[in-house]
Amino acid sequence: MSARRGAAGLLALLMLLAIAAPFVSPQDPSERFPDLPDAPPTPLRLFTAGGQWCGLCFHPQRLVSRLERRFEIDTTAPVPVHLFSRGRLIADSGDPGTPLLLAGTDASGRDVFARLIFGARASLGVAIIAVLGAVALGLTIGGLAGARGGWVDTWLMRLADAIAVLPAIYVVVTLRAALPLVLPVATVFALITLLLAVVGAPWIARGVRAIVSVERTLGHVEAARALGASSTRILLQHLLPATRGFIMRQAALLLPAFVLAEATLSFVGLGLPDTVPSWGTSLQEAANVSAIAAFPWLLAPAGAVFLVTLLVNVALGEHDADRVL
Amino acid sequence: MPARLLRRLAATLLLVVGVSSAAFLVTHLAPGDVVQTTMGFSASQATIARAQHRIGLDRPLLVQWGAWLAGVARLDLGTSALYQRPVGPLVAERALNTALLATVAFLVALMLGIPPAFITATRPRSLAAHLIRVASLVLLSLPPFVGSLALVLVAARTGWFPAGGMTSAEDVTGVALLADVLWHLPLPVAALALPLAATFERLQAQALTEALDQPAILAARARGIPEPTIVRRHAWRLALKPVAAVAGLVFGALLSGSFVVEMVTAWPGLGRLTYDALLHRDLELVAGCAAAGALVLSVGLLLADMAIAWSDPRVRVHVASEVRA
Repeated sequence: MSARRGAAGLLALLMLLAIAAPFVSPQDPSERFPDLPDAPPTPLRLFTAGGQWCGLCFHPQRLVSRLERRFEIDTTAPVPVHLFSRGRLIADSGDPGTPLLLAGTDASGRDVFARLIFGARASLGVAIIAVLGAVALGLTIGGLAGARGGWVDTWLMRLADAIAVLPAIYVVVTLRAALPLVLPVATVFALITLLLAVVGAPWIARGVRAIVSVERTLGHVEAARALGASSTRILLQHLLPATRGFIMRQAALLLPAFVLAEATLSFVGLGLPDTVPSWGTSLQEAANVSAIAAFPWLLAPAGAVFLVTLLVNVALGEHDADRVL
Repeated sequence: MPARLLRRLAATLLLVVGVSSAAFLVTHLAPGDVVQTTMGFSASQATIARAQHRIGLDRPLLVQWGAWLAGVARLDLGTSALYQRPVGPLVAERALNTALLATVAFLVALMLGIPPAFITATRPRSLAAHLIRVASLVLLSLPPFVGSLALVLVAARTGWFPAGGMTSAEDVTGVALLADVLWHLPLPVAALALPLAATFERLQAQALTEALDQPAILAARARGIPEPTIVRRHAWRLALKPVAAVAGLVFGALLSGSFVVEMVTAWPGLGRLTYDALLHRDLELVAGCAAAGALVLSVGLLLADMAIAWSDPRVRVHVASEVRA
């Protein structure tokens, strides 16, 4: 029980970090350090390499060979790190020659940690809005099918089954690829969200329909009808509230699935453009084996996707059997 | 009996033709065509127009679609303008690679996932059960995308197994080719199979726990049947159905998972082919890939129905008849 609470709390903390990204991240996500391409992470230390107490500091790196991406740690002058200064949680001296790189840099010298924190905004943002969209769509379709019955039910559920049976990623990739590749960022954002909501909705619609069609035959609904309640009122007041527990679970399960979908789409180049930091766009650089082997810190966003999925699974507890996606 | 079989075949045909037609039409609506994407910017207007005319891209959409459908009726899937090859053999070759990957992953997941479930269900408080549950939770949170990236890192760093591709030696045949492919299988298979194995373990453990609570099991215990026999002969049978029931969903998940695993590990399967075809607007190849995917999916759904029928004698009457007929 406490593990579940803890996981839910950590998930909330993660979202707070995303919101507070400009404060949390020591660097700007789009700032390039041209002299530090593919630099490894710099560890924070309490003592200098000479064993002297320095409070909180790090030894900066210098590029020795650009071709081999070889770096040397400069132990002569440790750079002090300040907490809550210059409007940031952790701040370096502000000298662009010696930035604090908690998770290293990518090929164009951008801070991986900053892109991870700022990327959480796009990745979690797309996922959360898509979950809300899928829930709205699923409630409408499932509620209508369950409450009306008859041919409406048959055809709506056939449609839902037809979408649900197809491998979701193929549907999304096909539909996304059919549109112009280069679009304004806001359009891409809306498009991905909409596509994810559509492929996620059938899973919710099926369950809502099943609950509603059972609930419809119960006494309290019959009583409401006898009292002259309209069918809209019955649906909203008496039928849909019964689906709340189911909706919460499904929404929680869809969240990591959508985070993963955004990462996959952006990874293959069909998602957000590279200018927007997201976990998927940050992973694009890890697309070849030699980059992964030489600069493993580029995989940090994959770790973030894993973490979100794990936290949701722990928060949901034991009965996670109803997911196969 | 024949009527059922016919209906099933008709549904499969409808799915295959419907999905591939939809893919054809959607790709046609997309901006650009295969001539423009492959010829590049240097080609003159006249050259492009000639090439478009040669492969019939200047005809109205409905005429092109009709011509393609007529070809499909003769089992001729057209020619890929991108690869300059007939679509049929090309798609068959790649679909076989994907099927190999998915099938091996499915079997590995079964072998890894089902046995531990007996420990978690029969001795839920033992240390082993706790370890299995934790392992399951972690693997369940490791989607194929993240898993394959992590495994590529391991492979590239240690060199224990190849990090990508399906073959490394060229011009080998027979046993040598088989050995080469087998040598390349572990990474993509593990990425696909591990989360699936965790899903199987959770499902099977849950079903077994529920089965062990049933009156039939209590009766068997009362008659003095030893516990191992009860689990093996009685409870397991009761617990088969919930696991068999998800087999259909598993196939969709395997196809979705294999798409991204193929992208990460350069496995020459249907996923990469579909992706290339989509981006190059190669209409007939897109449709061919969609048809192959739909066919693989239909076979998966049929196998799932067979599994349900096998696990539940009551269903056998309805479904098995179609299977045998």
